[in-house]
Amino acid sequence: MHMADALISPAVGGTMWVVSGGLIAYCANKVKKSVRDNLVPMMGILGAFIFASQMINFSIPGTGSSGHLGGGLILTALLGPYAAFLVMASVLTVQAFFFADGGLLALGCNIFNLGFFPAFVAYPLIYRVMVGERRGAPRAWAAAIVAAVAGLQLGALSVVLETRASGISDLPFGTFALLMLPIHLAIGVVEGLATAAVVAFVAKARPEALAAAPGRTGGVSFRPVLVKLAIATLVVGGVASWFASTHPDGLEWAIAKVTGKEEVTSPEAGVHKSLAGIQAKTALLPDYGFKPSEGEATRAEGEAPAAEAWPAVSAGTSVSGVVGGMMTLALACIIGILLRLRPGPRCCGQE
Amino acid sequence: MSHHVVEVRDLSFAYPDGTEALKGVSFRIEHGGSVALIGGNGAGKSTLLLHLNGYLAATRGEVRIGDTIVTRETAALARRAVGMVFQDPDDQLFMPTVAEDVAFGPLNAGLPADQVESRIASALDRVGMAHLRERPPYRLSAGEKRAVAIASVLAMSPDILVMDEPSSNLDPRARRRLIRHLLSFEHTKIIATHDLELVVEVCRHALVMDDGRIVARGPAVEILADENLMLAHGLERPHSLRHAHPSRP
Amino acid sequence: MKVSDSFDIGEMDDLGRLDTPVHRLDARAKAVATLVFIGVVMSFPRYAISSLTPFILYPVALVSLGRIPMRYLARKILIAAPFALLIGVFNPLLDREPVTAIGSVAISGGWLSFGSIMFRFLLTVGAALALVACTGMNRLGAALERLGVPRVFVVQLLFLHRYLFVVSDQAAKMKRSAVMRSSGRPLRLSVYASMIGHLLIRSMDRAERVYRAMVARGFDGEVRILRPSSFGWPDTLFVAACILFFVSARVWNLADGFGRLLTGGVL
Repeated sequence: MHMADALISPAVGGTMWVVSGGLIAYCANKVKKSVRDNLVPMMGILGAFIFASQMINFSIPGTGSSGHLGGGLILTALLGPYAAFLVMASVLTVQAFFFADGGLLALGCNIFNLGFFPAFVAYPLIYRVMVGERRGAPRAWAAAIVAAVAGLQLGALSVVLETRASGISDLPFGTFALLMLPIHLAIGVVEGLATAAVVAFVAKARPEALAAAPGRTGGVSFRPVLVKLAIATLVVGGVASWFASTHPDGLEWAIAKVTGKEEVTSPEAGVHKSLAGIQAKTALLPDYGFKPSEGEATRAEGEAPAAEAWPAVSAGTSVSGVVGGMMTLALACIIGILLRLRPGPRCCGQE
Repeated sequence: MSHHVVEVRDLSFAYPDGTEALKGVSFRIEHGGSVALIGGNGAGKSTLLLHLNGYLAATRGEVRIGDTIVTRETAALARRAVGMVFQDPDDQLFMPTVAEDVAFGPLNAGLPADQVESRIASALDRVGMAHLRERPPYRLSAGEKRAVAIASVLAMSPDILVMDEPSSNLDPRARRRLIRHLLSFEHTKIIATHDLELVVEVCRHALVMDDGRIVARGPAVEILADENLMLAHGLERPHSLRHAHPSRP
Repeated sequence: MKVSDSFDIGEMDDLGRLDTPVHRLDARAKAVATLVFIGVVMSFPRYAISSLTPFILYPVALVSLGRIPMRYLARKILIAAPFALLIGVFNPLLDREPVTAIGSVAISGGWLSFGSIMFRFLLTVGAALALVACTGMNRLGAALERLGVPRVFVVQLLFLHRYLFVVSDQAAKMKRSAVMRSSGRPLRLSVYASMIGHLLIRSMDRAERVYRAMVARGFDGEVRILRPSSFGWPDTLFVAACILFFVSARVWNLADGFGRLLTGGVL
């Protein structure tokens, strides 16, 4: 469910960074004004709890598989949406930092997909509404399952949309959706069960912990968040998608504009022309030398994505590309080894 | 110097659920005194300690630190005068590194950066933990954690040190080091503990609590040697006093 | 998530406290350079592979200068690979148009873009992990605050990180005692709920005690963070050099040029 950097375009990743960043700033501001003074340690430790709780699984009868707590819903029940969103964002950030779960560019997407929906949609608009004032057992279980499923479905849909908009994966929308949604339906049911069971336990053992949250959040002033969010998304997404649609690669296009060249990846450009002098002497594989194809140099920026992309069907470029790529990697390895040959590190702190 | 006097008068406290934890506690501790607070679990020791810096507000009676009655308004003052070391150092060392944790109190007091730095250095030096400055707290041993927790309180230069179970979870060597440190502090000390041998070594006076009341008070050695009193309140006579005390039969 | 994960974070932190030229750089410089790096890498067209290869220098240099064990990092990267692999692997099935050829072997666009995805994955994940391993959570947190991240959120990150070890230790102990008494049977939901419920309540109690300890030392709602490091000219130089390199490698296909140099392809 965590998006990876490798599947996201900077436009989509950047847009979602702005959206999630805005939400974080908004929620941080709300939390700062909160009257609940022990919120700082409570949020931190509950974040750690969400992490730790995922070390423990329960078995799902008859399937041989197992499940655990998702986090977003129960956090919202305990802390209210603003603090819960921040906690989820912090959990995802630590996962991205330390486990490469997700990634830095994808962090905005992940925070939105896994934090926004449970805290601002599933809990207040589904769970609270379904449970109402009575916390009758069957009703609470059903509410938790429906809310968990809805939150995850929205998140999964969002993953599909973000991936599609990035255009790095070739999966068509329909296929990808058909792949993601049923899986997350199952995960949602399991997560809902876990959430409901833990909430039921806490309701018995420490009822004031749950009773406290809804009153304090006062029914979530939802509209200002949504409006600002929508505007930010429209502005950033609009600019980004304008780039993406008129120019298959916005940055490429921008670079072309700046450098005044139409084909920026053309090997004729820049540095290596100056190296041409030495190259005759250093060429290791002269037999493989090809002249660059004609079409390559004259290709215009507005062409189809395939043509715009990597130097096209030219054996010459391919071979030099492959050789160059390989040699670059080898060179990088050698540089790495050389850098390591320096005297050993001084260790502070440890001993 | 009157700052160092702690006076508690007829202190009563009930938790919101109605449990009466303190039922009219009174005592006075002079400047430089070292007092042990002993009693079984649930006797009210920890609740009493939380009143000394105004974390809990009494339902009846008052706490006086020096000339100031501790209230919601004066709590900040009381917290600067009373340094509190809690039972679980993991609760107390919440910042990412030892140095930042020790800096927490001085920074909150609004000290300038250079003074904060010298406070960190001298507090860590005082407990012999200067070499741990940049370590994260979770990488420390139990003894080191305890020492750093004490340093984090010393950095606020309190007049009065209040400790809850300072020797719990320590191995014998770390406990010995703790006792040495405690003996070297000139602060007024209030120590709640089950470690009666530590009391014998460190405290001049003792207060025995049971069921929210103080049931006995006096010189520590005399109180601890009173076998009947000790047994009646869920305690025992420390081993060292069985052999060494002059009143031994 | 496996039990060992929390200890793994500890390992990252130990690496983050090493003292090397890379570690001594201001955390902001490294964070900014890494973000630019990821942005530039992801801005390449979908079939780019060879033009991306020069970018490997950045993580390799960080890791080598920072003395981060390569094998340790490789293991982390592998663990994180499945999602990119799972989605990327559809590309060869869906995009079969031959786009290029190596010698006489035609290569389809799908394989090319799949290769590109996996290579980018290696680059971005490698750079992000290298950043954290060469910086450590504390300095990273302080850097984030200076870069304008709300302090509430930075403090949240630091507290989460601090108590991760404490709470997961408790969870690990609970799990162990449950395993010892369950004679190998997996946990039922009801047992699970009471275990997790207990863990939750103990966590909330701990939060209350931590709050108490904070109040005792003058906490007034604001956590003040010590920020000793300062942005000097080596940091400026580092950021400038990195960005210069990224941009040149983006504008000119350095690897291809290198290849032509070796094969003598250009006159």
